[in-house]
Amino acid sequence: MIQLAPQTPKRPRNVAAALVFGSVAMLALSFASVPLYRAFCAATGFGGTPQVGKTSAATRQGERRLSVGFDSNVARDLPWRFEPEVSKVSLRTGETKTIYYKVVNLSDRETSGQAAYNVSPDQAGAFFVKVACFCFEEKRLGPHETAEWPVVFYLDPALEKEESMRRVEEITLSYSFYPTKTPAKAKTSDAAGQKPKT
Amino acid sequence: MASSTAGAHDHPTGVRRFLFSTNHKDIGTLYLVLAVIGGMVGLLMSIGIRAELMYPGINVFPGLASLINGADPSMGVDAGKNLYNVFITAHGVLMIFYMVMPALMGGYANWFVPIMIGAPDMAFPRLNNISFWFLAVSLVLLVMSMFVEGAPGMMGFGGGWVFYPPLSSNIGHPGPAMDFVILALHLAGASSILGSINIITTIFNMRAPGMTLHKMPLFAWSMLVTAFLLVLTLPVLAGAITMLLTDRNFGTMFYDPAGGGDPLLFQHLFWFFGHPEVYVLILPAFGLISHIVSTFSRKPVFGYLGMAYAMVAIGFLGCIVWAHHMYTVGLSLNAQRYFVFATMVIAVPTGIKIFSWIATMWGGSISFRAPMIWAIGFIFVFTMGGVTGVVLANAAADRQLHETYFVVAHFHYTMSLGAVFGVFAGFYYWFPKMTGYLYNETLSKLHFIVLFIGVNLTFFPQHFLGLSGMPRRYIDYPDAFAIWNYISSIGAFIGGVSMIVFFYCVIEAFMKKREAGANPWGAGATTLEWTLPSPPPFHQFEVLPRISGSGHQ
Repeated sequence: MIQLAPQTPKRPRNVAAALVFGSVAMLALSFASVPLYRAFCAATGFGGTPQVGKTSAATRQGERRLSVGFDSNVARDLPWRFEPEVSKVSLRTGETKTIYYKVVNLSDRETSGQAAYNVSPDQAGAFFVKVACFCFEEKRLGPHETAEWPVVFYLDPALEKEESMRRVEEITLSYSFYPTKTPAKAKTSDAAGQKPKT
Repeated sequence: MASSTAGAHDHPTGVRRFLFSTNHKDIGTLYLVLAVIGGMVGLLMSIGIRAELMYPGINVFPGLASLINGADPSMGVDAGKNLYNVFITAHGVLMIFYMVMPALMGGYANWFVPIMIGAPDMAFPRLNNISFWFLAVSLVLLVMSMFVEGAPGMMGFGGGWVFYPPLSSNIGHPGPAMDFVILALHLAGASSILGSINIITTIFNMRAPGMTLHKMPLFAWSMLVTAFLLVLTLPVLAGAITMLLTDRNFGTMFYDPAGGGDPLLFQHLFWFFGHPEVYVLILPAFGLISHIVSTFSRKPVFGYLGMAYAMVAIGFLGCIVWAHHMYTVGLSLNAQRYFVFATMVIAVPTGIKIFSWIATMWGGSISFRAPMIWAIGFIFVFTMGGVTGVVLANAAADRQLHETYFVVAHFHYTMSLGAVFGVFAGFYYWFPKMTGYLYNETLSKLHFIVLFIGVNLTFFPQHFLGLSGMPRRYIDYPDAFAIWNYISSIGAFIGGVSMIVFFYCVIEAFMKKREAGANPWGAGATTLEWTLPSPPPFHQFEVLPRISGSGHQ
């Protein structure tokens, strides 16, 4: 397909076909950028994407103490009250911690939501490891139902060696709950299946 | 190819000649006519914008809204504010996609790339025809979008030419106006991609015997780079706006955080296209300015290969600096460092070009004919815009200057002045070739002087406004900004007057019918188009020219 070598006898169609291929490839790449960027963030913690821990605790204990603050937001069209039970905890790197978020459905009907999450500052994402989290799946609450949802996490001791983490004393974990779109139209169901990116 | 087609069909006239045209010169003419139409509408809009900003307060647009959209004046100024937003949006889109691109890419490239490389026509003449008519239909769609609902209760899309969601998604503009804009851009994009494929194929396959790539005229080189930029980046814009279209109409959530999307994705995709796009607008002007400077200095272009590969370098670098439009979105420090550095590197090949033009003039026997005056004007204003571009490349300075009139002044110096001066320089250079008539030299110089004063008066004060913090895209401003805005508006009106001189100059040339002859510019004009009669025959080069020696410019 790539017959662009200028000195060989060429046929216009081959050149045109290569160019059409090039533009279609760029079009495909623009769509592929969505899953590629998501995979890149999940793998590197880029942009404050927390890591998902496969083991329940860190392999070794660290030395530094940092504080972790908790932030909670609810989209305007989701009738929930959602807040952490403690606003801040202090922990050593490598120590596994469990904290709870309290959530209340304020309405008279069953509602469902899905949380988007992030940590700040951005460079902390690579070292913030979640072992378990309510944010990994869609959540449902019956009318006026109350629940307490846990988050289990630890800070990777590797952050002590990271230059950009040296002056970071506090990490904030933020959640934003959005209502899951009701599959009223057939087309929306596949869209709701998208996992939160950040 | 030439001999077979030339004998095979006749020379159609009238509507058939242009509607079904497969002749590169006729299609080029059509593109130029479209560029004049698009440019005039865009210019009138900008004059409306400057009339509004002449004095503090909201003065012009409420009346304009009741005139254009039939908005009830008793409803207050909201319709006027919306129309202002629609105008700034449409002004940007029109000037980019329906004025500069059709003029430089469609008009001059169609006319002169085949002639300069010694080809009888473009590689795919019918594709050429469909490229043009896609663009014409696309312009109709864009104009229609101004007369359907956009924001609730308002006509047209007013979210700026960058179309950032959520303002362009269902939250900001639920009406169909944005869908019309998206479809218009799809068509314009398809038109440009097809046109680019045509140009690249023509250059790769149809150069006359002996014309190697390293002997090819610089205008053809500039079009080759431009066409590659379009082929590689326009599909990304198409992808971005297709995602926007499905977000708006089919329930996807590419840009909606509620569904796991990210509005910043749009900005990244848009500017991955948008930054190369500004080089698409300026590279063809680079190419033709080289010819003009060389012709009227009676010297070959200084550093031909350096000029050609500087354009290649600018094209490549232009593709990897997109996030310098997005310093304020929360990029990581390392990302900002990279984009600052990469952006500043572009100043190197651009500087090579500027200095090579000056070196071409150096020691030359310069004749200050109209195209040369325009070319020198181009070099001056483009250098101005380039300098402010280096200022804006700094992420730290950009914190202060982002979305202010400093940015407006910067990109108008490179595009409104740079690219437009390139368009006019090319027009006055090739007008005798395209029509066979000479224009009045004094009138064309008068056009230059009036436009040069007008645009500098318009945009130079905007640097001051931006540095003192006046944000762009607003219909009103505090009284503190009044003086420079007043001067800027006066400049815009002077610039508008220059277009009257331009049209008079063109009409006068057609009425007086002064024969230009094959080469009105003398010994300095060495490219192949000057070996043909003016205007060139309907089918040229039935016997292919042979290029020998180093005769590229």
